[in-house]
Amino acid sequence: MKVILQNLTKRFPNRNRKIHTEVVAVNDFSFEIPDGKLIGLLGPSGCGKSTTLNLISGLEKPTSGKIFFGEDDVTNLPPERRGVGLVFQNYALYPHLTALQNIMFPLGNLKGDQKLSKEEMVEKAFEAAKLVQIDGLMERKPGEMSGGQQQRVAIARALVKRPRILLLDEPLSNLDARLRLQTREEIKRIQRETGITTVFVTHDQEEAMSISDLIVVMKEGVIQQIGAPQEVYDEPKNLFVAKFLGTPPINVFSGEIRGNRLWIGGEAILSTRPLPDQKVKITIRPEGFLPKEDGALSLDLIGIEVMGRDTTVVSKHPDCENVEIRSIISSETRIDTARSNVRFEIKPHKTFVYDPVTEERIDFLKEEDHG
Amino acid sequence: MGKNNLKAWLYLLPAILFLGAFMVYPLIDVLIYSAEEGYNSASQTYFGVGLYNYSYVLHDPYFLQAVKNTFILVIITVPLSTGFALLISLALNSIKWLRNLFQTIYFLPYVTNTLAVGLVFMILFKKNAYTDGLVNLMLRLFGAGPVDFIDGPYAAKMFVLCFYTIWVVLPFKILILTSALASVKQDYYNAARIDATPKWRIFTRITLPMISPMLFYLVITGFIGAFKAYSDAVALFGTDLNAAGMNTIVGYVYDMLYGDSGGFPSYASAAALILFAIVLTITCINLIISKKHVHY
Amino acid sequence: MDHRSEFDRIERNAKIRKTVFKVVVYALLVFWAFMVLFPFYWMILSSVKSYSAYNSEHIPKFFTAEPTLQNYFDAFEAVSLGRYFLNTFLFTVITTSVMIFVIVLAAFAFSRLDFRGKSLVFTFFLALMMIPNELVIITNFQTITNLGLRNTFLGLILPSVTSVFYIYLLKENFEQIPEELYKAAKVDGTSDLKYLLRVMIPICRPTLITVTILKVIECWNSYVWPRLITDDEAYFLVSNGIQEIRENGFGRENIPAMMAAVVVISVPLIILFLIFHKKIMAGVSRGGTKG
Repeated sequence: MKVILQNLTKRFPNRNRKIHTEVVAVNDFSFEIPDGKLIGLLGPSGCGKSTTLNLISGLEKPTSGKIFFGEDDVTNLPPERRGVGLVFQNYALYPHLTALQNIMFPLGNLKGDQKLSKEEMVEKAFEAAKLVQIDGLMERKPGEMSGGQQQRVAIARALVKRPRILLLDEPLSNLDARLRLQTREEIKRIQRETGITTVFVTHDQEEAMSISDLIVVMKEGVIQQIGAPQEVYDEPKNLFVAKFLGTPPINVFSGEIRGNRLWIGGEAILSTRPLPDQKVKITIRPEGFLPKEDGALSLDLIGIEVMGRDTTVVSKHPDCENVEIRSIISSETRIDTARSNVRFEIKPHKTFVYDPVTEERIDFLKEEDHG
Repeated sequence: MGKNNLKAWLYLLPAILFLGAFMVYPLIDVLIYSAEEGYNSASQTYFGVGLYNYSYVLHDPYFLQAVKNTFILVIITVPLSTGFALLISLALNSIKWLRNLFQTIYFLPYVTNTLAVGLVFMILFKKNAYTDGLVNLMLRLFGAGPVDFIDGPYAAKMFVLCFYTIWVVLPFKILILTSALASVKQDYYNAARIDATPKWRIFTRITLPMISPMLFYLVITGFIGAFKAYSDAVALFGTDLNAAGMNTIVGYVYDMLYGDSGGFPSYASAAALILFAIVLTITCINLIISKKHVHY
Repeated sequence: MDHRSEFDRIERNAKIRKTVFKVVVYALLVFWAFMVLFPFYWMILSSVKSYSAYNSEHIPKFFTAEPTLQNYFDAFEAVSLGRYFLNTFLFTVITTSVMIFVIVLAAFAFSRLDFRGKSLVFTFFLALMMIPNELVIITNFQTITNLGLRNTFLGLILPSVTSVFYIYLLKENFEQIPEELYKAAKVDGTSDLKYLLRVMIPICRPTLITVTILKVIECWNSYVWPRLITDDEAYFLVSNGIQEIRENGFGRENIPAMMAAVVVISVPLIILFLIFHKKIMAGVSRGGTKG
């Protein structure tokens, strides 16, 4: 099922009644979710991603704009008639019901022709339970299950009525690190097996990157960038996206373009295509640094952190916004920690330049560097 | 939105109907009653409007006796019951063995019928033609003469009433204070012990401040409850409390309303409003004091 | 000076002090337990003494060699104790169940539904909590009398089927149920009423049980209102029955029979308490008021 969001806007009255301005949670949001894909909605907390999810599920009505499931306009349909499955961060299982009863609960609401016999309901519940591999725990109550098991029950409950769309609201946030990795793979597998169009909300960029076919980066209710995870990582459209994606975070320098070169402090680090002279923000991914005796950029060395597979060089620079600059280099390269500074050559494809005011990207690469 | 509104009001309807008929309307009505002079229950007529009912009640010797009784009862039972409950709770909190058994026993009076157990107390304290009663026998062991606690001197009757009232209110207070004491974190006590703080200082500087909100809650509800004393007195002295000289303000209200001396809802209303004013004043004073002293 | 013996002495002193403290504490606790239990013991003891034995004891005995159940038969025969019992039972069951119905609906509206004027109405409800019963009972007495409902069950029950305090208690409890549960149910097409019945009530069952028990105790022991509203013995509750027995029953001096009646009346609640004492005590410490 394809989902189309058309100029979706949601405004809330301000919590403080004396202030009459409204809070815009989602602003002119237009986007098409292709059929059978897993979409990651990504952004810091309060960016409107959960509101977007609630709009799709029908729990909230948009102030303006339209929502289509396939060809059907569902904008004014109440949630129960949209056929969506919803999974919450805290699982939202009914504490007094067993896993089986929880999974069967949505089926009990069916009316008329769709009404199922008890046997059919149990059968369907077990089908869904098998899919998430908890069919051995059906008689347990939520309190007797681990967080990971509860989340599987919640997913089974969302899947049991064969929803047209599956919505997951931060489903992994309450799990510990190891379970999170495991469940993330599980969700990916279930989504592939069922082929249900899935929207996944998270604030964790690593999670979104690893699981999604497409990610949507949001900030303050506005879409910043849509694309395949690698594409968004490699070509961040604006400074926000560049800063938001990647661990360790990207290193941001105040620099300038002068004489078709990129300058940080007094050092020209790269040459550019013909561009007018201007102040810019220069961002370099941690993996964009290459240690070289005669490298263009000199940084004040603080120390190194050996991780085994690679090494993190921690350093400082007066023009850098980050407290510490982190660059990841191959562990075979030796850094002399007795010295007070270290020199790097900068990889042009790991470097992005942004206008300091609009924060939009400026393409500085020369023709021959593209592609 | 409109549909939702209607549905919500439908859910609220029973509560609103009952509260309206039996709380809000009576509240307004009691003010009206108290101002209607010479109201006659039978003909439902009255002469005029004014403060005469208040004046009548305030000059009625039975009412003044009831006020005196109630105030004595409040002044004696509230501090004594709260203090004794605290003592017992502290004792309970310092033991492990049999603690649950004691707690359960202490709570027993809460679930018993005040009237029923009152009868037992009456028998224990009463002196009649056949026997002086158990309490008097005990007194004789200490060389004191037999006293009729139920029909005898005022002080003796007041003593029984206070004693029974304390017996009745203790379960609730012990329960609340025990759970308040149990919720004080052991860490504080451990820290104090490491600093070699003496026990008394631990009590006054740690325990008391920590349970002070609950203590004040008990004092405030204790005052309110004691001012409304009635059925304990009925249990001990029978329904004709005026004759026994042991009436309470609430008892006076009911007697004015119904019973042998009843049929005067206007006087009853005036008396009830006077009681409400007294309770409200005392509660406000309590709240002001607690603001100054309670540590949250 | 031997350090060893010095240390022993200190240790011994501390031990003695601790033992003395323990003895004092237990003495106090046993004393009060005795004070609490003694009236119950006395009531049972007196109820099994025969009438003649009781009255011949100028110095009451603390036990009896010949227990008899005769007083219990007397109690049921001389006054309509069985009738009072049945009345109280009916009154308690009906009042409690109607109240639960009323407060569940109201608490649900306040906790789960959005409607105009909600906070205003709720504030108004809270304000009603401060109104003492004594103030409204006068008009209620008149109302019930004017409606001709004296000496009827309806008259007994009507004024006590709502409790603002319990609505408040239940609403707070309902609100602790995570919002997500409601959303999940909505997405699955669950109606509000079904959500209330299938999800909220089962989850909040402990609170509902607490409220029920507290109300049952209140009903069983209620005295003032029944006394005002009934003078026909056919509608007496146990409290009024006790009072009636005391003033007019058994020729005044048949105390063993009186005690038998008292035992019979007290037993149901004591049994209820012995079964549910943990629940009752937890419930009272959370939401009870008395005294």
